[in-house]
Amino acid sequence: MGKKSSKDRLSNEINAGSMADIAFLLLIFFLVTTTIVSDKGVLVKLPPWSEEEPDIAKLNERNVYSILVNADNQLLVRGEPTQLRDLRENTKIFIMNPEGRPDMSEDATKAIVSMKNDRGTQYETYLEVYNEVMAAYNELRDEAALSRHGKAYEFLTKDQAKAIRTAIPLIISEAEPTAFGEE
Amino acid sequence: MSKFDKKRSKSQPAISTASLPDIIFMLLFFFMVVTVLRDAELKVKVVTPNATELTKLEKKSLVNNIYIGKPLAKYANEAGTKARMQLGDKFADEKDIPLFLEKHRQQVPENQRGGITSSLKIDGKVTMGVVSDVKTALRKSGQLKLNYSAKPRAE
Repeated sequence: MGKKSSKDRLSNEINAGSMADIAFLLLIFFLVTTTIVSDKGVLVKLPPWSEEEPDIAKLNERNVYSILVNADNQLLVRGEPTQLRDLRENTKIFIMNPEGRPDMSEDATKAIVSMKNDRGTQYETYLEVYNEVMAAYNELRDEAALSRHGKAYEFLTKDQAKAIRTAIPLIISEAEPTAFGEE
Repeated sequence: MSKFDKKRSKSQPAISTASLPDIIFMLLFFFMVVTVLRDAELKVKVVTPNATELTKLEKKSLVNNIYIGKPLAKYANEAGTKARMQLGDKFADEKDIPLFLEKHRQQVPENQRGGITSSLKIDGKVTMGVVSDVKTALRKSGQLKLNYSAKPRAE
């Protein structure tokens, strides 16, 4: 009799002991399938497609910073062989033209970086060149932000950042690659 | 003193495991939230290059992935050994891009379609010929926001 009453009392509680096991099972499943990836990369905006080739003849030559990358991943910047590590500094000097040289850009707003590569150029090199040009512009914007507002570019308000973006616009023109060195 | 000892030994408490499920559930929910079930099995070898000027892609649902690289050894019979493009979970050509983009567009709410970004996951060793063909195809189908996927590099 006494035994029965104790059994009654027990059956009132659901045994939660196995709950942990179930939860563990689910937990391990999600642990295994989880990939905490954050996709990072160089963000670019392509120009809209148009059938005719853009006419670059009417551009003033002094404003165009031409970068050629050949199938052997060598750089030719404005007719001169250049190393990748010098590219960033040279680009910055070209855009701002601090000495007012007649063969460099009239003004940061008019400077255009023109990139052209072969079909055999390695993607890695292409991205490195692109990255260096982007870095040059980002550094210039940072410097402008510091001198104008005393803050880094990323901490500026929207209007301030926009003003600097218009003063130093990032213009990269990419030509169709020449059919050379395709594997 | 003796009284105290006696009482303690008698009750000998088992650790209550009643709150264990709660703790596990908490962990479970954490992993459920951060989990992204991998959507496609990679059939091409992709080792993205390093770069410094990186932007993080925020909205996962607005991103479609395009992989370019050499096919893995076990797919060499089917796809050859030259660099190929993978859309979704199969090998594809440039002409498949418009349909792929349109399928992804359909899944995105109309007011967010302007923010759709194509993430190009391209192996560093791939030559630019393939890449420019893909870029041209993307331009032709009006997909202009691109992300060259890259790994951060310590300067």
